[in-house]
Amino acid sequence: MAEPLLIPRPEGLYCPSGNFYIDPSRPVARALITHGHADHARAGHGHVLATRQTLEIMAIRYGKDFAGQRQAYEGPLSVGGVDVSFHPAGHVLGSAQIAITHRGQRIVASGDYARVSNPSCAPFEPVPCDTFITEATFALPVFKHPGPADEMAKLMASMRAAPERPHLVGAYALGKAQRVIMLAREAGYDAPIYIHGALQKLCDYHIEQGIPLGDLRPATMDKAEARALREALVIAPPSAFSSPWVQRFADPVISFASGWMQIRARARQRGVEMPLVISDHIDWVDLTRTVREVDPSELWITHGREEALMRWAKLEGRFARPLHLVGYEEEPE
Amino acid sequence: MKAFAVLLERLAFTPGRNAKLDVLADYLRHAPDPERGYALAALTGELELGRAQPAVLRAMVGERVDPELFALSYDYVGDLAETIALIWPQENTAQDVDLVEIVETLQDTPKTRAGPLIAGWLDRLEPSERYALLKLATGGLRVGVSARLARVALASVGAPDLEEIEEIWHGLSPPYQPLFDWIEGGEKPERAGFAPFRPVMLSTPTDLDALTDLPPDDFAAEWKWDGIRVQAVAEGGERRLYSRTGEDISGAFPDVVAYMGFEGALDGELIVRRGDQVAPFGDLQKRLGRKSPGKATLASHPAALRLYDILIEGEEDLRALPFDTRRTRLEAFVADLNPERFDVSELLPFETWDDLASLREAPPEVVIEGVMLKRRDTPYMAGRPKGPWFKWKRDPRIIDAVILYAQRGHGKRSGFYSDFTFGVWEGERLVPVGKAYSGFTDEELRRLDRFVRNHTVERFGPVRSLSPDLVVEVAFEGLNRSTRHKSGVAMRFPRISRIRWDKPAGEADRIETLRAMLPEVEQP
Repeated sequence: MAEPLLIPRPEGLYCPSGNFYIDPSRPVARALITHGHADHARAGHGHVLATRQTLEIMAIRYGKDFAGQRQAYEGPLSVGGVDVSFHPAGHVLGSAQIAITHRGQRIVASGDYARVSNPSCAPFEPVPCDTFITEATFALPVFKHPGPADEMAKLMASMRAAPERPHLVGAYALGKAQRVIMLAREAGYDAPIYIHGALQKLCDYHIEQGIPLGDLRPATMDKAEARALREALVIAPPSAFSSPWVQRFADPVISFASGWMQIRARARQRGVEMPLVISDHIDWVDLTRTVREVDPSELWITHGREEALMRWAKLEGRFARPLHLVGYEEEPE
Repeated sequence: MKAFAVLLERLAFTPGRNAKLDVLADYLRHAPDPERGYALAALTGELELGRAQPAVLRAMVGERVDPELFALSYDYVGDLAETIALIWPQENTAQDVDLVEIVETLQDTPKTRAGPLIAGWLDRLEPSERYALLKLATGGLRVGVSARLARVALASVGAPDLEEIEEIWHGLSPPYQPLFDWIEGGEKPERAGFAPFRPVMLSTPTDLDALTDLPPDDFAAEWKWDGIRVQAVAEGGERRLYSRTGEDISGAFPDVVAYMGFEGALDGELIVRRGDQVAPFGDLQKRLGRKSPGKATLASHPAALRLYDILIEGEEDLRALPFDTRRTRLEAFVADLNPERFDVSELLPFETWDDLASLREAPPEVVIEGVMLKRRDTPYMAGRPKGPWFKWKRDPRIIDAVILYAQRGHGKRSGFYSDFTFGVWEGERLVPVGKAYSGFTDEELRRLDRFVRNHTVERFGPVRSLSPDLVVEVAFEGLNRSTRHKSGVAMRFPRISRIRWDKPAGEADRIETLRAMLPEVEQP
């Protein structure tokens, strides 16, 4: 029997023919990386192949020497005799699906992906394949994320209704923060937006890459300035809400932009007053649609709610298997 | 349905009573009739619909969604209505369904036939509206709106004030059209029913310093009993027992209502009384927890009224008469009532404030919270006028406890750890005995917050568990036995009275100290 093209190992998905890993969670000699979120892109590999933007994002997060060697993807290539190509995943800036082809068989590792329009990155592109590897972060039929513009309209309405209270939106530093800013701009909000220091570099990088975020100001003002803020939109990483940083604002409305906000108990546990269901992961409707569209003969499931997706595949008469990969978080930071 | 769904969502996520009030008042101001009346009734639990049973809803969703996928989803979401609202296959959601249509149809439908009706509406609604519909149909809104809060919101919408609204509330039924007409400037509704609630007269706190300037002769004094303040009204064959905020609690106290064979309105304290012995508050709580108590409970926990005042006698309104006159009328009135269920709160003999202070120091029963002072020449007035009635409460009980957990606050306290769980020693370990989130200054709050951050052992969402290093003095009004708390005790109105930065945790109080403060063992 021929050696499998990809096998799950404790370090991550391994390709024996090409001797490389995809998104390994521990340092390895050779890694192919789908996107820059910390649970997929770790520092310390011998050699990294990724999109130019993902490499630059990793350099911003980990410093220039995050890997022994760095290779930017420029077009289809061969890695150890295995054909490799990258395709947009629609998740965050620089994100890609990785297609590997060997002896007539093709596997697509989609990484994290989404199909809802996202002006900060190229849209997801379905790639025909024999095996499609999908995430299952929101793989339950209750996750049908509403239109992001409608969610932003809720935030705008709240800001109009409570103009004396600054609105603090929790959003992860890579992708979600810029997405929220773009959505606010698209909703016609052209006042300065205040950003927490932890977002500065990645926002600057998005602007360099031609993504117009408008007038951004640091939210690292002193207490007197922060107390004076009234009608203001402030974006911060969710971790900032448990730090004393938030104390400088007077009577803020605490908001959080995440696909999890669809579940009321989740929002309440986090003490969120204004939940915003804005996700950069695939929801149930789009996930099942994508699998039908790609129509692979095998569906492999990485991290999340595997059981529900397994059940759905069974009802559809599709072959599916869970990979039980460790190291991917529910919420990439 | 859209406006009601938005209202529910805002109420669910808005922390704090005042903010909820604003949200509710805003809705009541703008929603049309009779929708707002039905919404109000739904929020306060006064809407009578044939409750859709969970089994009916499960069967309904089972026709649309694979049961295994539903089970996995329900397991994850944890709330039946929310799971169905989210999982329901999308149909034509460009439509809306009128809340009024839903309520009026459900009222006329036997609950076994509600399933297909609800399914038809779900097809036409968005997820948040589906959620609102399902919560409405199952009767479990749980958004923290009491009937009292609803009336306060109503009072902020139009000219009539809270007391006026409370007075007519019980004669009305959903959708309360006459009430809304009145609020918008129309005629005050006629009292629709007999035995209405009359706004209660309340007292303000006082102490020895404040009393010194007042002549003791002007005041009558009586014990402040630790039960719940009620109004017993019997008129034209109708009998009602109201809480002091106007909730009708007659159903829970049939043993009192059965003996209300009078014409009039009385003000008193509801207590559990066995012979001459007033039982601890915990016994009354057992009764309050049961909407329709069984025979055994009625026998073991007999309720009674200790009367303070008389408002109406026959058809005569006595409220304008001075206290002394009403008191004489009350004593005569009670003579005809069953003495096991009704007695009069005795007047305390005193000549000087110091006399009264000594009485207050050593009350004859543990279920006394202090003393009440009432000016002899004043009428019975609605609300909390300052001057005629004072409460002079017993000094709070105090213990030293150790802070165990802290939780982040909301709104003005965003980002500050401001809600504290504290415990006392039981053997070698600390057992939680209560929670407090008040009693400290802003400056102390900042220092407490720093302490929490520097002494965190573990985090669970917005809660942190702390190393047991900080002692606080906790003041509270009383202590009850509790089977719900591991420590076996439950405090009333605990707050932090002093932060003992200086005191080692080992010197905090022990559970035995608290148990010694418990009232005598209750009857079975």
